[in-house]
Amino acid sequence: MNKSKRKTPGVGGLRQQLPLHLMILPAVIITAVFAYIPLAGLTMAFQNYVPAKGFWGSEFVGFDNFIRLFNTRGSGRIIFNTFYISFLKMVAGQLVPILLALLLNEISTAPLKRTVQTILYLPYFISWVILGGILKDFLSLDGLMNQILGAVGIGPVAFLGSNAVFPYTLVVTDLWQNAGFNTIIFLAAITNVNPDLYEAARVDGAGRLRCCIHVTLPAMVPIIVLSVTLALGNLFQAGFDQVYNLYNVSVMESGDIIDTFIYRIGIKSQQYSLGTAIGLFKSVISLVFVAGSYTLAYKFSDYRIF
Amino acid sequence: MAMQKNKNKIKTTLSRKIFLAALFLFFALVCLMCLVPFLHVLALSFSHKVPSLQHAVTLLPLDFNEELQVSQIGVDLSSYLFLLERDEFKSAFLISVVRVVLALASSLAVITLAAYPLSKSKEVFKGRTVYAWFIMATMFISGGLVPLYVTIQRLGMMNTIWSLVIPGCAQPFLIVLLLNFFRGIPKALEEAAFLDGAGQFRTFLSVYLPLSLPSLATITLFIVVNNWNAWFDGMIYMSSPKNYPLQTYLQTMITSSSQQMMTRARAELLRNISDRTVKSAQIFIAALPMLVLYPFLQRFFMSGMILGSVKE
Repeated sequence: MNKSKRKTPGVGGLRQQLPLHLMILPAVIITAVFAYIPLAGLTMAFQNYVPAKGFWGSEFVGFDNFIRLFNTRGSGRIIFNTFYISFLKMVAGQLVPILLALLLNEISTAPLKRTVQTILYLPYFISWVILGGILKDFLSLDGLMNQILGAVGIGPVAFLGSNAVFPYTLVVTDLWQNAGFNTIIFLAAITNVNPDLYEAARVDGAGRLRCCIHVTLPAMVPIIVLSVTLALGNLFQAGFDQVYNLYNVSVMESGDIIDTFIYRIGIKSQQYSLGTAIGLFKSVISLVFVAGSYTLAYKFSDYRIF
Repeated sequence: MAMQKNKNKIKTTLSRKIFLAALFLFFALVCLMCLVPFLHVLALSFSHKVPSLQHAVTLLPLDFNEELQVSQIGVDLSSYLFLLERDEFKSAFLISVVRVVLALASSLAVITLAAYPLSKSKEVFKGRTVYAWFIMATMFISGGLVPLYVTIQRLGMMNTIWSLVIPGCAQPFLIVLLLNFFRGIPKALEEAAFLDGAGQFRTFLSVYLPLSLPSLATITLFIVVNNWNAWFDGMIYMSSPKNYPLQTYLQTMITSSSQQMMTRARAELLRNISDRTVKSAQIFIAALPMLVLYPFLQRFFMSGMILGSVKE
């Protein structure tokens, strides 16, 4: 032990260890206060939490909050909406970028390709407050979208006001924000394909389409598998920012999701215990999905976060 | 063989041309669909009240000729002039700038300091495994919205800018990203520093940080984008609208009715502006920093993802 200390400077010894502990201290304190204290605060889900009485003085009520929640009218609908919207987003969010990447790959002029990419991912960096503000005007009954549709004899469509349309509005506008960026990730995978493979396929008489099916797609399989499995972890995340900035009273039935519900109950109406209970319910289910998706990702593509 | 290839090329030329033409058309349409909502808002923000209320504005700004009572293509700046006069908008903008600066400073300090010890092996830094699990576990389990809200309330941080800055300044994802980069730095450099008598802190400052500029740039951009775009924390932690950062101010402004705003408007401006054009101008100003930055962001975001995924 003493020997190795002398051999490799920086190993062992309080003089070298202490600074390392001090350096990580701020991150540990912040994590403890803003992650672990709230984690302990989950006990509120089993209490009738009254701010004046605090965590320790509030009455313990067991699973009453959960029972109350599941008996609330519309709670089944909200859980269904959360699943349905996040599922549609996941499917579209994987298929469309893969397709766009394959098509974009066929464009051989580099500047053109870059321009298209740059335009496609523009909305990715813009917040849902702004995107929502733009869409509320653009998709309204007398907005530009309905003017365009009207010109070809369709509509008007209540994109943001009809329960039959709203979930799909969410899916398409989600694509608007995210598809461009995901396209770039898939495109990066395509660029890494060995050009010799294409040459070999062409010598064997394969056309463009067959090259695409037999060379490009198989080469993309690892990144597709990884991307899909990681997306599975988001199966319970319907997108609070987007829904909150687009929904309104008339689409509550099809658009209300668990996160918006938590906000209304837990923060707006200050029913802390109820809000915590719904949050805990959601966290447990998402954790199962995330754990499952990471296990799969690790199995299929040796993916590890750290 | 060369002959055969040539033949192939000639045979596919026509269908290839048709395909390419269709492809260009397709992407032109997709790009247009992506851009039209932005262009529309931009056009609205520079338009006169009358054509905007008539829903006459499409992709070009329209001005209104009072004498002839007709709309024509032209720029009307009254919405922007109106915003320049509004203290709430200006103060919200300022709060957002301050927030980004504070968040950047505190996050960079916390993240770099944490990533350095975590990048050591557990033989070098005893307790590394415990610390790593303690921090990384929060990527998967969290108390959720309401317990965090109650915590911040009980800490007395409500209505302070720290409620927006501090809770998010030790993001595990960014720590992982940087520690993976640190691990790629040759051990020989560190050993040389130690032999020269430098301690851990000195090595961190004068060897690791200068070598990590690309990944620090990536982290900086993540933090700037996230903090500029954040709106929800401002909405729940700030009880007084005068403390709202820009995105939160914008959110409440877009959702709420415009009555209140109109009564406060200066008389001569009121004549020329509409709720629709003012909203559009605010949306555009709030989006502007990201619109200017984003072409440069892609490279960093992509490289960030690649850096973060480099495994030993």
